[in-house]
Amino acid sequence: MRFVEEFRDPALAKALIAGIDATATAIGATKDNPVRIMEICGGHTHAIFRYGLDRLVHEGIEFIHGPGCPVCVLPMARVDEAVQIAEQPGVIFTSFGDAMRVPGTKKSLLQAKAEGADIRTVYSPLDALELARRNPEREVVFFGLGFETTTPSTALTIQQAAREGMKNFTIFCNHITVPPPIRALLDDPDMLLDGFIGPGHVSMVIGIHAYDFIARDYGKPIVVAGFEPTDLLQSVLMVLRQIEEGRAEVENQYARVVPELGNPVSLAAIADVYEERPSFAWRGLGEIDLSGLRIREKYALYDAEARFGIGYGAARAREVAEPEGTECAAVMTGKIKPTGCPMFGTQCTPETPLGALMVSSEGACAAYWQYGGRRAPEAAE
Amino acid sequence: MCLGIPGQIVEITDAARMMARADVSGVKREVSLACVADGGPDALVGRWVLIHVGFAMAVIDEAEAAATLEALQHLGEAQETLAQMAEGERALS
Ligand code: SF4
Repeated sequence: MRFVEEFRDPALAKALIAGIDATATAIGATKDNPVRIMEICGGHTHAIFRYGLDRLVHEGIEFIHGPGCPVCVLPMARVDEAVQIAEQPGVIFTSFGDAMRVPGTKKSLLQAKAEGADIRTVYSPLDALELARRNPEREVVFFGLGFETTTPSTALTIQQAAREGMKNFTIFCNHITVPPPIRALLDDPDMLLDGFIGPGHVSMVIGIHAYDFIARDYGKPIVVAGFEPTDLLQSVLMVLRQIEEGRAEVENQYARVVPELGNPVSLAAIADVYEERPSFAWRGLGEIDLSGLRIREKYALYDAEARFGIGYGAARAREVAEPEGTECAAVMTGKIKPTGCPMFGTQCTPETPLGALMVSSEGACAAYWQYGGRRAPEAAE
Repeated sequence: MCLGIPGQIVEITDAARMMARADVSGVKREVSLACVADGGPDALVGRWVLIHVGFAMAVIDEAEAAATLEALQHLGEAQETLAQMAEGERALS
């Protein structure tokens, strides 16, 4: 237990690990017949690897890495469309840094930038709006990405642009929502999951009742968790206790940040600006009903799909195959570990990602790669 | 982009637009208080908030801010977020 000492509260961590141990043993979890817990959020995936939590806990606990890394699930066709918009004359295309390296079928945004397109990394959609104010003769487009944690930011930015009557600012909306892919995974007969660690910061926006269906309809426990190692350990223990006691409930380990009903201002802004698409494509998971958002008609002036005639149907019609030999879909759905992909660490590395799971530190492949040294046999340490 | 970062509100810069300056690990950054300012923005000066891509999304206490920052530093996410803020500044010029 050598890494526990670097935790903020080693004594608490040790107590939690002991509790997990006892409960896992009590419910009969073993290496060959593990309790399979999916952490939905890519931030949690990153933290689990960073702290080696998968190795610290009882061997009967298996972490399955969920689809909660927004750049990892972005379809290639949408990256192509982003590049297409960015290469229009007069456009300044802005994006979060995470999306710059995601491969499209021909190139990434980073490659398009190297070829001369005016593509800029920004921290916030507010930076993109400011860029539009300062460059009234240019067309500024923001690549709207992410789950419910970033959706309020683009919704509020569009509302602000509308208040100012801006004419040269649009958002290319690719926002997605957390609950629908969870339902899709639960409906997948190959997917055997015993419980979930729920995303902390998404839940801060949407509240915890968005997950009621997991407990009610599928009989699985879910615990919304914070990002410190002891938060994650405690959440694993809470999931195990539910299993031990035969309960399936939505519990909130992160109540110090996550209000039961979410953030009302954010939810109101999202509802005002966005509506659900009938379906949206997820890389590795396919089309999922009601899982993506689009900009409502009343804000069409701020919708890059409308402004550039992109729409969404085109992306589906051009549904593209993943590069030969890659196993992103199987990794994405937790069916194999990243090391099971023949491209892992050979053709696919963070410098030259073939799949999006290798691009962001929240992607399972990048997390495996980054902390690979720590996962080597103990003797090497 | 998925994890928020704690910052302390230093001053209100534009009350009508709910904008304030926050101190994020020594870096000053304009953030929107629209999601957290139900009692008016002025009451938030000196308070700690969790900031997501330029928007304060939750008011937190100082101990929670410190613990979150430490976790983010271990993950390398704090450094990455500060680098992204700097890049956002550069993009404007
Ligand atoms: S190693 Fe690369 S190609 Fe293989 S599953 Fe991971 S991201 Fe996809």
